[in-house]
Amino acid sequence: MSRLQSLLINPVLNKEIKLRFRSFKNFLGIFLFLAICGAVCLAFIYTETQFSYDGFTAEDSKNLFLLLSMGQLGLIVFITPGLTAGAISGEREKQTLNIMLTTQQSSTSIILSKLFSSLLYLILMLVASLPLYSIVFLYGGVSPQTVLIMFGYLFLTMLAIGSIGIMFSTLIKRTIISTITTYGTMLFLVVGTVILFLIIIRLIVGFSQGTTGGPQSTDHILPYIVLVLNPAVSMLFSLETNSLVYEFQQIGVDWPFWVGFTIAYGAITLITLLIAIKKLRPSMRRKKKG
Amino acid sequence: MIEIVNLTKHYGSFTALDHLNLSIEKGTVFGFVGPNGAGKSTTFSILATLLAPSEGTAYINGIDVTKDPKQVRKLIGYVPDFFGVYDKFKVHEYLDFYGASYGIPNEERKAVIPQLLELVNLTDKTDSYVDLLSRGMKQRLCLARALIHDPELLILDEPASGLDPRARVEMRGILRELKNMDKTIIISSHILPELSEICDELGVIENGQLIAHGNVRQIENQLQAQKVLQVKVTENIEHAVSFFEDDPNVLEITRDEQDDMLLQLSYQGTEEDQVALLKKAVEHGLAILTLSQKQTNLEDIFMEITKGDE
Ligand SMILES: Nc1ncnc2c1ncn2[C@@H]1O[C@H](COP(=O)(O)OP(=O)(O)OP(=O)(O)O)[C@@H](O)[C@H]1O
Ligand SMILES: [Mg+2]
Repeated sequence: MSRLQSLLINPVLNKEIKLRFRSFKNFLGIFLFLAICGAVCLAFIYTETQFSYDGFTAEDSKNLFLLLSMGQLGLIVFITPGLTAGAISGEREKQTLNIMLTTQQSSTSIILSKLFSSLLYLILMLVASLPLYSIVFLYGGVSPQTVLIMFGYLFLTMLAIGSIGIMFSTLIKRTIISTITTYGTMLFLVVGTVILFLIIIRLIVGFSQGTTGGPQSTDHILPYIVLVLNPAVSMLFSLETNSLVYEFQQIGVDWPFWVGFTIAYGAITLITLLIAIKKLRPSMRRKKKG
Repeated sequence: MIEIVNLTKHYGSFTALDHLNLSIEKGTVFGFVGPNGAGKSTTFSILATLLAPSEGTAYINGIDVTKDPKQVRKLIGYVPDFFGVYDKFKVHEYLDFYGASYGIPNEERKAVIPQLLELVNLTDKTDSYVDLLSRGMKQRLCLARALIHDPELLILDEPASGLDPRARVEMRGILRELKNMDKTIIISSHILPELSEICDELGVIENGQLIAHGNVRQIENQLQAQKVLQVKVTENIEHAVSFFEDDPNVLEITRDEQDDMLLQLSYQGTEEDQVALLKKAVEHGLAILTLSQKQTNLEDIFMEITKGDE
């Protein structure tokens, strides 16, 4: 068995999936989710066909697509912390963690298994909702690439927030505090970044009005970075052909949002996972005194 | 098998383990005794690679727990003092999960699990859900779990706590069987008689320090800093009392309630002192009928050493 394979397919993952999917609750959850999504689609189509003169156009179809995507993103953003923030601390509280840590499982495989098994449920939801997108294709207005970009966003967001949850779950002893911290971080990413962006813009505009020279491009990397951290804004601007990208291009930041987002969320995932792996077991190596 | 060197653990300014040194031979059943908070669980956690020592280290089969914990984990089976189970697992699934976690191939696990369940008398519970087992059964299941990779060393932190007397006897039987399988076992408890019966060696730990180490007899001798001497005279007991009162090694004299010619002396001198005392007493003209040392059992000693400094 290759190393990667043994990291991904291992007893911890196996156990997690077994235990998680043993409860009927989970299937009920997926069923309800699909029912709601379906209902939203039908309601949308119904109102568009009944109350507008032009019927269900490609433009309507695109709006439905955006609505569905944002809904899914919202779902991910709100459910992922709950699914992951107790992954390690929960075992600690159940007093099963110590035993697991004395087995031969490597810290890396424990952490990755915990992450993937927690996200598996969400992934299952997303996959189950795929057929709904066929409605959108049916009416046009959205290219397959756009759908691909959208799923990329959903997946990366899930991965990054999930990793943050796992990290807090490893660092913080109690699940409840770890969950609150993870939700707090999530809120910062979704709401805090927008507020921060507005503040920074205000400051920059204020300063550039005071100075004689034109705005410096370095002044504008910061707002770009802040905005890229917001999955909703970033996704919306990547799905829509948008003016904001053009504006950022004007001042010298010509990276498309999806590139910045991929780099930022990739880095978040990587760093938080590394911290979790490192902190799962006590570090035995002591610093030499003197 | 185990070599503990200068093992020290600080929690903030509190010292839970204070330069502990100990070595345990292969095949020994070693009992770790001490009052609450003595540092038993702390020592075991370090041996189980769950806790990093502040200073010093321990070697298991020559492998340093701080340098190569992964290798050490292969050699040890650890049963913590408190542990949980995955409640949605059945007994055989529970063992199978841990077997897999040690990288034991599927067919091998299928062969080993029934054997382990038989060893701990849980064969008829194979298909029960783990959370439906009684406390004693869980304890035995956890022991079976700790044995799944056939470790050389078993670290059992109070495996008998919370068990009824019958379950304790059963546990002892299982441990004896494991000893016959040539495992090295270290086991902690506050209940001395329980340990003295199954252990080849005992270590008494208090305030993070090993205060006595050896087989049961040696411990008794080492710890009898204060022995109780019984002196029976045939006449003039007041004279005897005033004589013994003058000896600096006699800490306390009590007269027996039933027998008014019998004295109990708390005595802290060495054997030589004791010989000299007896000689002097005879020279002094005391009519001593017998002088004997009262047999104390381990329980008394334990109470004595752990009553704290006064
Ligand atoms: N995480 C911790 N933080 C601070 N102090 C701790 C911690 N863990 C243990 N201690 C302290 O270290 C000391 C030794 O604890 P330990 O659990 O090793 O004792 P023990 O001998 O196992 O006691 P018991 O018989 O009650 O199980 C205790 O005084 C305890 O309060
Ligand atoms: Mg303890």
